[in-house]
Amino acid sequence: MNPILKWLYQWAVPHFVYPRIQAWLPWVGLLASSLLLVGLGWGLMFAPADYQQGDAFRIIYVHVPAAWLSMLVYMAMTLMAISVLVWRIQLAELALIASAPIGAAFTLMALFTGAIWGKPMWGAWWVWDARLTSELILLFIYLGIFALYHAIEDKRQAAKAASLMTVVGVVNIPIIHYSVIWWNTLHQPPSLSKLDTPSIHPDMLWPLLITLLAFKLLFVWMLLLRLRTELVLRYPKSAWVQALIKPNDNKEPKL
Amino acid sequence: MSFLALVRQQLSLAYANKLDWLTPLLFFALVIMLFPLALGGSPQALASVAPGLLWVAALLATLLSLDSMFRGDHDDGTLELWLASQASLLRYAYAKLISHWLMYALPLVLLSPLLGYGLNLPVSALPVLVLSLLLGSVSLVWIGAVGVAITSGIKYNSFLLALLVLPFYMPILIFGASAVDVAAQGWSALGPLYLLAALAVLALTFAPLAVAKALKLSLN
Repeated sequence: MNPILKWLYQWAVPHFVYPRIQAWLPWVGLLASSLLLVGLGWGLMFAPADYQQGDAFRIIYVHVPAAWLSMLVYMAMTLMAISVLVWRIQLAELALIASAPIGAAFTLMALFTGAIWGKPMWGAWWVWDARLTSELILLFIYLGIFALYHAIEDKRQAAKAASLMTVVGVVNIPIIHYSVIWWNTLHQPPSLSKLDTPSIHPDMLWPLLITLLAFKLLFVWMLLLRLRTELVLRYPKSAWVQALIKPNDNKEPKL
Repeated sequence: MSFLALVRQQLSLAYANKLDWLTPLLFFALVIMLFPLALGGSPQALASVAPGLLWVAALLATLLSLDSMFRGDHDDGTLELWLASQASLLRYAYAKLISHWLMYALPLVLLSPLLGYGLNLPVSALPVLVLSLLLGSVSLVWIGAVGVAITSGIKYNSFLLALLVLPFYMPILIFGASAVDVAAQGWSALGPLYLLAALAVLALTFAPLAVAKALKLSLN
């Protein structure tokens, strides 16, 4: 067999992946939390205040990374869904299901911080702006995928159904997005748009870049954490899980 | 079996439950009737919200009609026979969808001008209403069928179906309602109608692929 393929294949084997997740988790967690601390500390305390928005703009350091991730997680889920439907990789099924609630959480976070930001800036918690609406629709798509998975008893079949739904969703998301934008231009568009500052000062930009990276690592950390649980739950009878449950029983090493 | 014979067979199967086609239609009419009661029946107020009301009501009626689309065939083993016979599930999906649209969606389209007139929509906007629903209902049925096929193995699924399908109905609703709205204000509604037609073509082309795949998955 092609050595590269062989190297790739082992990443689909649960008892090969599990100990590695176990080993990476603390490092990813440490890196994510220290970057978060630096990025948020710099952004919230030391970056200069905006000349128009004052200190209120600082929510950007939570809002923008969360909004980016809400879409990025969906893209990652699409790749996983394709791996499920085309190559039937079980690990991808687990990763897809582990990602869906995280994606929903980041979407909710983007909406929530957006509402907090919108109140002082636009004078309203919520407006039916194109971006807000399509982000809300994205939240419902995440929840739909998650609900679908939990409604089907046979979990392998459930994961395949959820994968198909994810792929159907990715085809539709651009259509939904642009339809929402056009709908707003047909009516009166909101006079304020969120990020129409032509450029952003480096003192404000650097902490933003750091929090963007930190949030991505946070996603990886959460994904690994959930994936670890899903792996054990999916293969409760397998030898390697049994060996994990009885770590002190060294008489008959089963791994 | 030729494709037309297949469609005819599906239609006669659906027509075996004689009054089935009437229920979405009655639902559509009743929901529309609720609004003059709720909003007080002032002609101007009704006319200004009529495009949105008609479209939302038609959308919900279509959604409710979808629920039973593959249920019978899934439960009595027809689908398994289709899969075992090596015949293309795509053909089955197209036949099923066309017969479903003829049976449940087309009557809604035909009833809509009457209800539109009842809501004080200008008569000049009624052809646009019919045309927008004609194009839009195709997308509604074809896209909705994907959700139905994915949930066909699940017992109580009408809320889940709504949760899965409604986000994908939003573009159709936006263009459909805006076409009627624009026409009611006396402008040309060609723009949103073209977009509706484009969505219908997309749905006609791609949705049956996803339906066939989902049915195959649900049979495992």
